[in-house]
Amino acid sequence: MSTVNGKAEEPAGTSGRRAPTVADFTTGQEVRWCPGCGDHAILSTMRGLLPALGVPPENTVVVSGIGCSSRLPYYLDTYGIHSIHGRAPSFATGISINRPDLSVWVVTGDGDALAIGGNHLIHALRRNVNLKILLLNNEIYGLTKGQASPTSKVGTVGPSSPFGSLDNPFNPVALALGAGATFVARTIDSDRRHLTATLTAAAAHKGAALVEIRQGCPTFSAIPRQPNRAASQESPAEPDNPAAPEHGPIRLSPGLPIVFGANEQWGVIRDPSTGELGIGHGGDSRVVVHDPGTQNSTYAYGLARLAETSLAEPPIGVYRSVSQPSFDQLFQDRLATARPDGRGDLRTLLTGTDSWVVAG
Amino acid sequence: MPTEQLSERPEGARRLENVVIRFAGDSGDGMQLTGDRFGAQAAAIGNDVATLPNYPAEIRAPAGTVAGVSSYQLHIADHDIRTPGDQPDVLVAMNPAALKANVAELRPGGVIILDTDAFTVLGLEKAGYDVDPLTDGSLDAFQVHAVNLTGFAAAAVADHNLKRKDAARTKNMFALGLVSWMFSQPIEDTIAYLQKRFASKPDVQAANVSALRAGWIYGESTEAFANVYEVKPAPLPAGTYRHMKGNKAVAYGLVAAAHQAGMPLFLGAYPITPASEILHELSALASNDVRSFQAEDEIAAIGAAIGGSFAGMLGVTVTSGPGMALKAEALGLAVIMELPLVIVNVQRGGPSTGLPTKTEQSDLLQALYGRHGEAPLPVIAVRSAADGFDAAMEAARIALAYRTPVILLSDAYIANGSEPWRVPEVEELPFIGIDLATEPNAVDAEGNPVFLPYARDPVTLARPLAIPGTPGLTHRIGGLEKADLTGAVSYDPDNHDLMIRTRQSKIDNIDVPPLEVDDPSGPPGSGADVLVIGWGSTWGPIGEACREVRAQGMKVAQAHLRHIAPLPANVASVLSEYHTVLVPEMNLGQLAGHLRRETLIDTVGYNQTRGMPFRTAELASVITRVIQGIDSDTAPDAGTKPVGDVGARLAARSDSASAKPAAHTGTPTGTQHDATREAGR
Ligand SMILES: Cc1ncc(C[n+]2csc(CCOP(=O)(O)OP(=O)(O)O)c2C)c(N)n1
Ligand code: SF4
Ligand SMILES: [Mg+2]
Repeated sequence: MSTVNGKAEEPAGTSGRRAPTVADFTTGQEVRWCPGCGDHAILSTMRGLLPALGVPPENTVVVSGIGCSSRLPYYLDTYGIHSIHGRAPSFATGISINRPDLSVWVVTGDGDALAIGGNHLIHALRRNVNLKILLLNNEIYGLTKGQASPTSKVGTVGPSSPFGSLDNPFNPVALALGAGATFVARTIDSDRRHLTATLTAAAAHKGAALVEIRQGCPTFSAIPRQPNRAASQESPAEPDNPAAPEHGPIRLSPGLPIVFGANEQWGVIRDPSTGELGIGHGGDSRVVVHDPGTQNSTYAYGLARLAETSLAEPPIGVYRSVSQPSFDQLFQDRLATARPDGRGDLRTLLTGTDSWVVAG
Repeated sequence: MPTEQLSERPEGARRLENVVIRFAGDSGDGMQLTGDRFGAQAAAIGNDVATLPNYPAEIRAPAGTVAGVSSYQLHIADHDIRTPGDQPDVLVAMNPAALKANVAELRPGGVIILDTDAFTVLGLEKAGYDVDPLTDGSLDAFQVHAVNLTGFAAAAVADHNLKRKDAARTKNMFALGLVSWMFSQPIEDTIAYLQKRFASKPDVQAANVSALRAGWIYGESTEAFANVYEVKPAPLPAGTYRHMKGNKAVAYGLVAAAHQAGMPLFLGAYPITPASEILHELSALASNDVRSFQAEDEIAAIGAAIGGSFAGMLGVTVTSGPGMALKAEALGLAVIMELPLVIVNVQRGGPSTGLPTKTEQSDLLQALYGRHGEAPLPVIAVRSAADGFDAAMEAARIALAYRTPVILLSDAYIANGSEPWRVPEVEELPFIGIDLATEPNAVDAEGNPVFLPYARDPVTLARPLAIPGTPGLTHRIGGLEKADLTGAVSYDPDNHDLMIRTRQSKIDNIDVPPLEVDDPSGPPGSGADVLVIGWGSTWGPIGEACREVRAQGMKVAQAHLRHIAPLPANVASVLSEYHTVLVPEMNLGQLAGHLRRETLIDTVGYNQTRGMPFRTAELASVITRVIQGIDSDTAPDAGTKPVGDVGARLAARSDSASAKPAAHTGTPTGTQHDATREAGR
């Protein structure tokens, strides 16, 4: 890889250093999440992933908001800001657009990103700021002890909704697509390989990358733990229903037909007359071949919405990955064109063209 | 007529020491441009100039109505002046509404130039005139020049292929040409300006220039104007000068600060009146390495600016009251993270949307105290348009040296007003750069080098700044309380107490220059009995008022606060040298309360929140009354309306509306209150 994250590799002063290791990205701060919290797995994946990206710790910046998930920067030995609730994308934008030599990550929760910070998230995405945004979605407000969040399912019981929540949840992938995000993916905390592959793809994207990580919160959230396929093999009876939870999430792979079930007996098909996506049999000639590079986001949006009607769980993988100039690039280009010979002369600016001289 | 002749001063011009001119018209009549150009012309011939633009909040209030009147007042003088003047000597009224809205303030005997084209039945009706003021004798006290400005302008531009409506729109340039002739001002600079401004519309450009010239020629060739006037140059110290608007001065001060700090300037901002112009100015300066980012709201704007600061930029955000309220939480974060940041608040009338285009000083307490937790930060204020440059540099100096957010308070009066500004030599600007950390600053228990982001400079208490990209100094900062030295998250009670006190002392001990007193009669203690102290844009009116009072043979001292937090160390000792300290403010006494809290000295307030700056005469009479009160040994009294007096005002209002709610009748209205109301008109 010659570039990572759209950033030039090897900034001045780091050449000739040994390759960074997991230890280089690990701080001494004691990790304080509940036992079994999905955040542990995400942290350890990040620690394993960052050294492999080739960006030294000092050129990596991790910015977060407030929430259990937003504590993550404290545990990564990079530059970092644990900011205020919902606003992480704005701090990260100020860092990223001014410093193209840095790899900037945002770690946020479903409440942080989609309730109080919804505005900043959609604007970071529409601008295509070169940020890798990890949205740790446990479908609950963890830190404040279990209230329903903007991704909680209708009927979620919590301390502020003792009779069940009333409001419809956001689908973070659909929301990001609606905001014009150039890279949108979904993955799960319990599948380290998938998580690593998805985050690696996000890191390589030039522009805003939103990755929804479905994260278990054993303390407060009802979010289903992903069944471990190997462990559940004792019950080989394959359900006769594509929406059965036993299938686990559909896994999207670029260039491959979207099929699922133990025998790939189900598939995502496109109705040729309406173009709409639906579920059919795996052998159907209308089964869709996954292409996240489709410029028109209608396809990805259709995929994102499938789960709401026809599946037990939303598909995981990269929904959309298209190339568009990043805001950072445009911002830097604009600066470079404005000052082809370096910084303009201050005296010339201050004197202007409308000054006059008073003789002494 | 050949151009050269236009630049000659009219023969036999009568010399004036100063004159106050107000251009008034509909918001669509281009009065702001007209006034701005007149000011630039006056400045270019060496006059001292102070201006007061005044326009409605709506982009276009209903045309022809009093609500839609926009005006621009200028004071030009052959000597040093500080205010746009109390009363216009000359009023240019482009329609009946403009006349109606402004004539009451015109000096008796003053000159009115009005556009007869607009004095139609409909025009008079829209302005709410029952009778034509041109015929009912109500203007007898003035010298009225009724000129068909629109008609002459349209005739002058007849050759330029403009639509009728567009041709009529050049009337403001005709008026400017005429008034320029009347005051012996060359119009070449304005011609050059119009050529540049309308470069892409050759017809409009040519028409405006023609109308401007035609106005000048009209003045010269008609006998209508008996007198032509001239205001000689003011004796300014030698140097290069520019006509400078307050918002632009702040923008330039920020650019100069970044230059003198050796850092790029990064602005995060969201548009809001009257601060947007700073965003506009800075957005055009990419060639000076100014990076400007229009965010999705004020929270994102300050967030981006803080991010920029963390990444090694000089981070700046500019806004006005409502935006300031949104930034409060992020300001607290900047306080605890101890990052440099400049926040400019161009104050306007509040609360809420309030009077968005009018001036007020009512955000001082918000700036000082408007955050949760113990979140001290420095607050400094701009005192005049040209001063915006120095004030912005000072804000940046403190922000960088002490690693703290600094609030710089300006206001709508300063923002839109203009005056001559001596362009500083770049070499005379202070160097305000700081050393970024490049190496570990301590060793751990095992003797390994470590970086302690919250170890402090023993003198300034500033912490080291290491920006991303610096090897070996990776660290995390954030909103949770930090352990002293290491910056690690700490919930330790003693540490929290220590950190709160440390952050407070850092701000308390900022090096600010001592308060200076201007009193020709002697130093504190042996000069005047009365000290008038202010902050921000009241500097001009207070200064002029003091001059006037002194010219009457009385003694008065003036002091003005640039630094409001922390206050200069000598404030208490200076204030205690005076029998009475008078604090005029465009709020209900915010500085007075702050001074009492900080110095235990009681002051006398004089307060108004009418959206307009104080008038010189108003303050002079208040100062006089306070001085005379001391002489007659009664309790000091500036005559301010007590807040509780509002009942009396309501009663007075319902009296005049002849609907008297029982609850309000009989509320006493003291004589001193009435006197003040007179002065406050
Ligand atoms: C301005 C503000 N409002 C409210 C809070 C309280 N608060 C802290 S975290 C949080 C919700 C966090 O939920 P989420 O983003 O889903 O993170 P999680 O803890 O689930 O990882 C709230 C409401 C706050 N810190 N700041
Ligand atoms: S509350 Fe939930 S999200 Fe928070 S640390 Fe515990 S398990 Fe994790
Ligand atoms: Mg959550």
